[in-house]
Amino acid sequence: MNVIETLGLGKRYRDTWALRDCTLSIPEGHMAALVGPNGAGKSTLVNILAGLAVPTTGTVAVLGGRPAGSPAALDGIAYMAQDAPVYKNLSAADMVHITGNLNRLFDEPYAKRRLAELDIPPGKKAGRLSGGQQAQLALTLALARRPRLLILDEPLAALDPLARRDFLATVMVAMADDGVSVLLSSHALAELERVADYLVVLRGGEPRVAGQADDLLTGHRVLTGPAAEADAIAARASVVQDKRAASGFASRSASGSASQAHLLVRVGADDPVPPGWEAHPVTLEELALAYLRAPADPNPQDQLHPERIEASR
Amino acid sequence: MTVISLPERPGTSADRLPPLPWRRMAWVTWRQHRSTLIAVPALFGAAAVFLLIAGLKIHHDYAALAACHPSGSSACQALNGSFNSSDWPMANAVDILMQLAPALIGAFAGAPVLARELETGTFRYAWTQGIGRERWITAKLALLGVVLAAVAGAFSQLFAWFFDPVIQQQQPGLTVLSATVFDARGVSFAAWTLTAFAIGAFCGLLLRRTVPAMAVGLGSYVALDLLAWLVLRPRYPVGGFWPKQLVEGGWLLSLSVLLIVATVRLSRKRAA
Repeated sequence: MNVIETLGLGKRYRDTWALRDCTLSIPEGHMAALVGPNGAGKSTLVNILAGLAVPTTGTVAVLGGRPAGSPAALDGIAYMAQDAPVYKNLSAADMVHITGNLNRLFDEPYAKRRLAELDIPPGKKAGRLSGGQQAQLALTLALARRPRLLILDEPLAALDPLARRDFLATVMVAMADDGVSVLLSSHALAELERVADYLVVLRGGEPRVAGQADDLLTGHRVLTGPAAEADAIAARASVVQDKRAASGFASRSASGSASQAHLLVRVGADDPVPPGWEAHPVTLEELALAYLRAPADPNPQDQLHPERIEASR
Repeated sequence: MTVISLPERPGTSADRLPPLPWRRMAWVTWRQHRSTLIAVPALFGAAAVFLLIAGLKIHHDYAALAACHPSGSSACQALNGSFNSSDWPMANAVDILMQLAPALIGAFAGAPVLARELETGTFRYAWTQGIGRERWITAKLALLGVVLAAVAGAFSQLFAWFFDPVIQQQQPGLTVLSATVFDARGVSFAAWTLTAFAIGAFCGLLLRRTVPAMAVGLGSYVALDLLAWLVLRPRYPVGGFWPKQLVEGGWLLSLSVLLIVATVRLSRKRAA
């Protein structure tokens, strides 16, 4: 089952396309990281998935074919919005009670137990809790709904490193125990590297790359070799990022070459490494950054579906 | 940090669960709008105590005046003068305040209901819960609107009793059909309160900010009030106090329901 399935999704605000040509199929069971700079369309996409915004074009289905925003979709999705997820003038206990009354499925004992574990005073107004406690309160309310899909919009932005770790730990436990699928939007890449096993890179309102982390990591590598041969390599490979820099003094004197090239390329499993070049694996963070920095592709669909490039060769 | 495990998910699939009962939404409305639901009846209650005390005096003064014989005597003239100089101005002041009450309820209770959620971003929490935004908005507006209208309606019955001696005394140009008297009595006052609340809520959704919604809502309410007074009321196809009251109550109720339906409809498009 795909928890998220979009086809040619686009959202226009007046004259600006906040999101366009967004085609994604995210299977269940993943912690999917949605990364991109501010203004890349992350919030627009999660708002559409949560049923808050209506797309201008394209189709969107969640939880195996339910229309986003439909009663069946709302029942199975918990959404934690950025910055203001709780009523500041109500107590944590009131928020638990209200959320329980607004949902057909709600695990109130779990919510109460977790708030006690987190040392969140039930009678204290939510607005007087620390940023980390407010985020944990909102997450507790979301998880107590026992969702199939948990959507988190920039949940880490306002948290200190310790609170970030605690927050992600809670999400990971829910994934392991309850089989919750997670979509987490963030511009903090470093934290997600450890936890995300699916990556969607959004830039300028368009997805640049999307796929399971393992597939992406085996499908990309960094080739390092003489810059003089880089153009020839680039002509034959699909280059995501092309870094050519003067190498250090020592290596120049040793090898006699003026400079080296580092090419982040898309590769098949059995692609040979060109002679005279070295291949290095990439990390998820390097990969995401490369796609975020890569020049805009005239045909982003090709980047989403590398197999099309292979087939057309 | 200790992390609590989740127990087994309940066996029932979400698709087979029964729909949420409306009373759950009643609790949510009460909890979220407790201050409005306490303050408005409390203010009307305090005003009711005043009306009761002042009303007893007016009724006493008027009874003495009505029983005075012969009416041309200087003693009766003195009673009449005292009624005109103390009871009538006080009753008139209360009547003017009555005109303000629905407008204030619309601005302070109606406009913030949705505007505050949109302004602070909490609608992203509220409208992604299982109940869905249509039921959430419908239940809130209906419950708050009915309670406010009921309180206002009860108060206007007390006002009618309080104001009755002034009508009986036949102040020049003042009858039950006078503009400021007509809409403070009968079913009209409750209907105007409901309409003011619905206008405020609608403006809140449209403008997404509390203060502009209060201002525009207030302006629209005053415009509608003037329209009713100057254009519509003289054209009612029936005569007499109660038939005219029912016509006015009817179209105001219809307008309020239309506004609430429009608010719910519009909320589907105006979000995020």
